[in-house]
Amino acid sequence: MNQNPAQKPAIGHNSVPKMTARDVNVFYGQKQAIRNVSIDVTSEHVTAFIGPSGCGKSTFLRCLNRMNDTVDGARVEGRIELDAQDIYAPAMDVVQLRARVGMVFQKPNPFPKSIYENVAYGPRIHGLARAKADMDNIVESALRRAGLWDEVKDRLGESGTAMSGGQQQRLCIARAIAVDPEVILMDEPCSALDPIATARIEELIDELRGRYAIVIVTHNMQQAARVSQKTAFFHLGTLVEYDDTSAIFTNPRETRTKDYITGRYG
Amino acid sequence: MSAIERRPTDWASPAMQARIAARYRAERNFRRLGATALVVAAGFLAFLLFTIVRDGWSGFLRTEARLEVTFTPATLGVDPAAVAGPDGKAMLARADYVALLNEAARGLGPASGTLSDAAWLALRERLLADPGLLGQRVSLWVPVRSTIDLLAKGKFDLEAPADSRGVSDREVAAWRWLEREGRLRTGFNSAFLGNADSTEPELAGIGGAALGSLFTLFITIIIAFPLGVLSAVWLEEFAPRGRLADVIELSINNLAAVPSIIFGLLGLAFFLNIAGLPRSSPLVGGITLALMIMPVIVIAARVAIKAVPPSIRDAALGIGASPIQVVFQHVLPLALPGIMTGTIIGIARALGETAPLLLIGMRAFVTDVPQGLSAPATVLPMQVFLWSDDVQRGFVEKTSAAILVLLVILIAMNSLAIYLRNRFERRW
Amino acid sequence: MKLLIALALVLALAGLAYLAGRARATRLTLAAGGRIGAVHSRPVYHGAYVAVLALAPALIVLAGWGLAGEGVIEGRVLATLDAASQPAPGPDRAALMNEVRGLVAGDLPQAFNPLAPVLAPRYAATKTNLDLLAGALAVALLCLGGLWGYSRIRPDFRARNRVEMQVRILLLLASVVAILTTFGIVLSLIFESIRFFRMVSPVEFLTGLAWSPQTALRADQVGSTGAFGAVPLFWGTIFIGAIIAMAVAIPLGLMSAIYLTQYAAPRLRRWLKPVLELLAGVPTVVYGFFAALSVAPVVRQVAVALGMADASADSALAAGLVMGVMIIPFVSSMADDALAAVPRAMRDGSLAMGATMSETVKKVMVPAALPGIIGGVLLAVSRAIGETMIVVMAAGLAANLTANPFSSVTTVTTQIVALLTGDQEFDSAKTLSAFALGLVLFGMTLVLNIYALAVVKRYREAYE
Repeated sequence: MNQNPAQKPAIGHNSVPKMTARDVNVFYGQKQAIRNVSIDVTSEHVTAFIGPSGCGKSTFLRCLNRMNDTVDGARVEGRIELDAQDIYAPAMDVVQLRARVGMVFQKPNPFPKSIYENVAYGPRIHGLARAKADMDNIVESALRRAGLWDEVKDRLGESGTAMSGGQQQRLCIARAIAVDPEVILMDEPCSALDPIATARIEELIDELRGRYAIVIVTHNMQQAARVSQKTAFFHLGTLVEYDDTSAIFTNPRETRTKDYITGRYG
Repeated sequence: MSAIERRPTDWASPAMQARIAARYRAERNFRRLGATALVVAAGFLAFLLFTIVRDGWSGFLRTEARLEVTFTPATLGVDPAAVAGPDGKAMLARADYVALLNEAARGLGPASGTLSDAAWLALRERLLADPGLLGQRVSLWVPVRSTIDLLAKGKFDLEAPADSRGVSDREVAAWRWLEREGRLRTGFNSAFLGNADSTEPELAGIGGAALGSLFTLFITIIIAFPLGVLSAVWLEEFAPRGRLADVIELSINNLAAVPSIIFGLLGLAFFLNIAGLPRSSPLVGGITLALMIMPVIVIAARVAIKAVPPSIRDAALGIGASPIQVVFQHVLPLALPGIMTGTIIGIARALGETAPLLLIGMRAFVTDVPQGLSAPATVLPMQVFLWSDDVQRGFVEKTSAAILVLLVILIAMNSLAIYLRNRFERRW
Repeated sequence: MKLLIALALVLALAGLAYLAGRARATRLTLAAGGRIGAVHSRPVYHGAYVAVLALAPALIVLAGWGLAGEGVIEGRVLATLDAASQPAPGPDRAALMNEVRGLVAGDLPQAFNPLAPVLAPRYAATKTNLDLLAGALAVALLCLGGLWGYSRIRPDFRARNRVEMQVRILLLLASVVAILTTFGIVLSLIFESIRFFRMVSPVEFLTGLAWSPQTALRADQVGSTGAFGAVPLFWGTIFIGAIIAMAVAIPLGLMSAIYLTQYAAPRLRRWLKPVLELLAGVPTVVYGFFAALSVAPVVRQVAVALGMADASADSALAAGLVMGVMIIPFVSSMADDALAAVPRAMRDGSLAMGATMSETVKKVMVPAALPGIIGGVLLAVSRAIGETMIVVMAAGLAANLTANPFSSVTTVTTQIVALLTGDQEFDSAKTLSAFALGLVLFGMTLVLNIYALAVVKRYREAYE
């Protein structure tokens, strides 16, 4: 990908968006958490959501695979599409949606099962493997893509919760890609990790970009600048600015964006 | 990136669609199973309440028969001339009302044997209230025997053959006669709430047991509440980390789960046989139950004390309060709602408890309201147990009615506890 | 009553001591010009200090007399008889003393035991003397303590610190009651059990298959009849409490908890949870009545329909079913806690993979919560095997060693009640065997509780 900020890449302009959101509003009970957000997410790119704490970036992320459904009293208005299908339409199957739009959480959350079973969990519930050999293949390929295979290939039977934090998070990424999703949502995936583990995950995100549309929420602006091609700045539940990462960080249009990036608040 | 290539999943394929449909079916079934479990559990409660209300509501009613009585001085064995004298009242109180009742009952013809053994009390009451009635003929309402009472309430299946329906033809005939003559009425059974136990269902009441419960709980509360709160304070605020605190904590946690009957064995072996405290008394019952519910109060109080944030303690300590002052002036008042909730739940448990009291003799047949904390007494759940064992049919509705009273009190207490918990629950 | 009067007197005197101490400290404070710090502690603390010093020894004397006094009096009264006519300790002696007390109180018009009228005046005299003596001792100690405390009041006396130390001691004493209770239970059970095991060998008790304590009433046959084999009781306890009851309570309680925590709308949950709690608040005697009156006849009819002509009215099934229902709220609330302790991230992780809720529950939540659920179930078992009223009212007394749920079995708790509520001869093997049963029950529940609490605690810590 083009890392040169001077040259404006045509991201999101000439490729078909993988997910589109139009006029999305989210309410928690009486409280409105998201106001009129419209955004496009493109395949083979990393899109970063940045903004101060409580700006709604995580809330919006959770709308993209309908994880807000599991929160009592949450209500989503507006239209969000995956490959031009409305994901909030009655015809849309949540199970299928979440298999296509995977998610990695802030804190590593491996299941209290073996490493193998953690990765095999998704393919198993979705019935993606016909035989044991198929499953072994899927697990191996997911662990390889997550860059974890060499570290764990000899101890696949050990508990997933016994690994280090960085390994756990990569296991969660492997678990997410084992069902071969089209989009991967990452909710501050490095906030619980040390710098070395963070660097490893960032590398991994860059490698995965070739295959998936990745959306990452982060409060770390350097991280957004390092890993993403497009950046959206959220503030108080609204989308303030959305542009190429290079543009956002060098030449923001909005003063609010500029103030945030230069550390005036946050 | 060396990854084994996979074809993207074809979500639209019929096989995959069928699989998803099957998963959703499993989901619905599982959900239904959960709802069913809840409905079964709640339904059981509803069924239990239903049968008890169905059997028990009539226990609050009793049937009375109209009786014409002539207060004949000769039958009563009193001298009409002396009635106006100084001992007149006492003489009237001692008069032979049973003979008078027997004489009057003859007027009921076929139903002469239907009156309660205690019906003479109604006669005495009437005459004592108005001594001028001596020699007069009056008509008054007196209680009937339990069988007639049950017949009037429709508790017998009269279609059934005579030998299995539990009531004789003579009794049915007597009841029919009373009905025809319009001599029966059903009214509120004040005897049930006021009287103590009796061998006659129509005379038995829960008054004695209720007072016994009150006495017992009084002892329980004055022992368990201070002990429970004080030991919770010690464990939470002052206990030095070490063996003693561990042992106390272990003791309390285990006592909370020890079967209640074991406390009865303790009461029997220690309070009755070694300390020689009076058997069957609210005193011993209260102490035994106090030891039983103390762990409940300690555990609830510790949770409530722990929930008071350290910042409050720091603030008070910071302006020079001593640790004891901090606890009694700041922490305990803030923890009080939680402590009260736990205490009420503990007391409700003590009120419903029967097993340990069986062993310390509180199943005594007590026909009088208890006279004091060391006199023999019985308690409400024990009365339920005793009546449930009685073969007389009239006690079935009494048992259910006593359960109703007990449940109403317990539900009120538990609701109060839940209300307190919700009303005063503070989020720090 | 006399004790209450003495108590009131002592409390009133202690109140006076408080007032005196406070007044003296107030005077000292005024004399010092009321400056803060001139007198170390505020007057209330001086008052409280004096009151505690006065009250504590007097209360100890009164409590000791209340507990032991009767025994001392009895001993002295009986000692006036010549050795030959003294009744042996035990029921005879207790009966005699009851008659004596009845005569003294005037409740008993006439005594059966010819010794009673002889002893009655002696008893009355001794009691009056000793009661007065104890009361006088209490008041004397009260005055001494109070005066000593009063004499210590000085401006620099740290009364507050003293009072707080006294309060701390009080707190500690309150906590020690729990240990004393545990010890009391263990000692009284062990003590009486040892007496039982002198008559019946422990091996026979723990492994014998026949239980029929009634036949052992003839004193010369005690221990040799083989009637104290408690295995049928243990089996009945486990059959009803750990098998039938759990077969009802575990599925219903677990599924209720799952539905309430994962599926029910918050409003429904707010209503249903208290209903379940209410189910837990129903006294066991009510369940017992319900089991005996409503459930047992139905179970019997089913048994007859299945071809068991001699089906008994008391059945293991009726008692076990109702006990299971009683335990549902308990299992449900333990499972609820265990499921709630599973981090939400784990649930979200599974849902975000596209798992349905039931797959998440079955494959992630329940396995993760399993230690907590198992701990809860063990606590429930401990509760079920110690439950008394339901089995007393619905399970029957026949000690059958059978796995047929329609037949009558008996349990440890039922037998304890049956053995101790008849005519009691306190020294007979029959009565003492109840304590041996109690010891076994206590041991079983203790092991279950300690193990279950440890499992639950470790589980909580794993997710904290």
